[in-house]
Amino acid sequence: MYSVSCRRLCKTFQQGELAVHALADVDLDIDAGGFVCLFGPSGSGKTTLLNMIGGLDTPSSGEITVAGQRIDQMKRAELARLRLKHLGFVFQSYNLIPVLSARENVEFVAQMQGMGAQQRKHKALTILAEVGLQGLEDRRPAELSGGQQQRVAVARAIVSGPELVLADEPTANLDSATAEILMKLFVQLNQQHQTTFVLSTHDNLIMNYARRLIKLRDGRIVEDIDQT
Amino acid sequence: MQTPFLMLSTIAWRNLWRNYRRTLIMLLAISVGVWAMIWMTALMRGMVDQMIKGSINNLLGHIQIHAPAYRDDPSIVNSIEPPGPELTDSLNRPLIKAWTSRIRVPAVISSERESRGVTLVGIDPAAEAALSFLSESITQGSNLASADAPGVVIGRKLAERLETRLGKRIVLVSQDSDNTVVDRGFRITGIFEAELQTTELAYAFVGRDRAQEFLNMADQVSEISLISDDYRNLTHLLENIQATAPDLEVISWDQVDPYTGSMLAVMDGFILVWIIVVFLALSFGLVNTLAMAVFERKRELGLLQALGMQPGYILLQVLIESVILLLLGLLAGNLLAWLSIVPIQDGIDLSAIGEGLELAGMSSILYPVVEFSDIARANLVVIVLGILASLLPALRAARHVPVDAITRP
Repeated sequence: MYSVSCRRLCKTFQQGELAVHALADVDLDIDAGGFVCLFGPSGSGKTTLLNMIGGLDTPSSGEITVAGQRIDQMKRAELARLRLKHLGFVFQSYNLIPVLSARENVEFVAQMQGMGAQQRKHKALTILAEVGLQGLEDRRPAELSGGQQQRVAVARAIVSGPELVLADEPTANLDSATAEILMKLFVQLNQQHQTTFVLSTHDNLIMNYARRLIKLRDGRIVEDIDQT
Repeated sequence: MQTPFLMLSTIAWRNLWRNYRRTLIMLLAISVGVWAMIWMTALMRGMVDQMIKGSINNLLGHIQIHAPAYRDDPSIVNSIEPPGPELTDSLNRPLIKAWTSRIRVPAVISSERESRGVTLVGIDPAAEAALSFLSESITQGSNLASADAPGVVIGRKLAERLETRLGKRIVLVSQDSDNTVVDRGFRITGIFEAELQTTELAYAFVGRDRAQEFLNMADQVSEISLISDDYRNLTHLLENIQATAPDLEVISWDQVDPYTGSMLAVMDGFILVWIIVVFLALSFGLVNTLAMAVFERKRELGLLQALGMQPGYILLQVLIESVILLLLGLLAGNLLAWLSIVPIQDGIDLSAIGEGLELAGMSSILYPVVEFSDIARANLVVIVLGILASLLPALRAARHVPVDAITRP
């Protein structure tokens, strides 16, 4: 069963009179429980593809199916519901809510899902401990280092046990030691919970952890490598 | 999915204090605006209240009872019998603070030098004391001692016009109940000064019994006048009195004097306009503050959507922020208004600047009047229109496309 399926996916940005094809006829299937890494030079379409899969952006044409649902024709509210129930995001620049503490940032998604106060607090503290942030739960993002913020973002992405985690260059702002801890955490989640991971990166470290590598160039898939 | 109301409120509250200077300035603007609404309204209400009370005190009363044709022809032929037992019982109920019956007919007053048209008012001074200005306005001589006292009390200006003075005799000429012209001499036993010169020129007061005798009216009277606790709420009282006097016209002060009555309605409208004008000035600041807050947090708002928050909740979050701001501003504004009204409850002396106030029927001491409905209206306008004004930035926030917001540099 596929977690993600794209058919003839196109995304064209209009820059004045110039049409820029960020994605061109992308066909892609990602198995449930897969660990996939998108790589390629800047401007190759990695982030655009992740945004499409996550329903953050709409395709110019083509079809996308995520968690068994066609998302290319969904309305904004339906997409938001899908993201809440099935997806977890890790962004390159952390993107935490600055007025909430680390624990509150992690609890936020769980609360929107309707998890009870005690349960989500316990879960948030457990996951923060798993990502090595025990004792820092009540700090706000501004009081955390870049690596710590990214770990909070990871904890937030996985707290509700999503089927699919999308991570856009998650280690770009991390030192190699922290990046390695993060990747091991991803692998552990992937293996224990069969969570599907789709990551974009330039980082060889991440590529080493991935079981499947997809190379993009000029909006097209040019290589699809199975590393199992 | 539950509404994460508590979390949204937490975020909204903390967001407000991220730029505390901007929030404090906006709070100051709202509270000063609310203060201005309530404080000015209290003064304006006080002004109108004084004008109305002045008119009521000027022989108007809260309710008058006449013969049905009296208002069209206020002459002796439209007199009424004194109140019977049933009407007297009705007039003596606790709700009515005081009542009296009067003679009120047109007459001519003449001194040895001048003549003028006046309204001859026959009063029972003891009962009249609680209803009208006369007993407190005597500046020379004394008030009539009783309903059958022999003298006449006139205004200072009328005495000047007639070129007469206290102790001198004047002649009153009128028509009696047989339409015969009658005249009688009265000695001036008292001179009064009123807030308005027109009042001083308008009336000549004699004892009611003397007037009845002079005009051959037996024990008939022109009107019954009464005052209750509140000149605003008379409907129930009017109905009750009308039930006991079905053949008479029972009308409230604003029907007797529609000009003064219209002041209340005009003031209600004016206060609403004033509140809305102040709010409009406020709303620009409010909308600007929220619009800036939304613009600055475009990335975060996009993030919330990316995490799965419904666009409606984004809108709700901005509105909660606005409501918190408005509620805090209202709280401070109401408190400020209370603090500024309490010290002037005993009145503000406007005599230094208010010579013209007398012309408007007001005294030089202005007493603020705070009505719950005015406070409620000011608060309601601010909260309802404030939320409506906040909808624009809130809708903009909810319409952000997540990817645009998140990738915003």
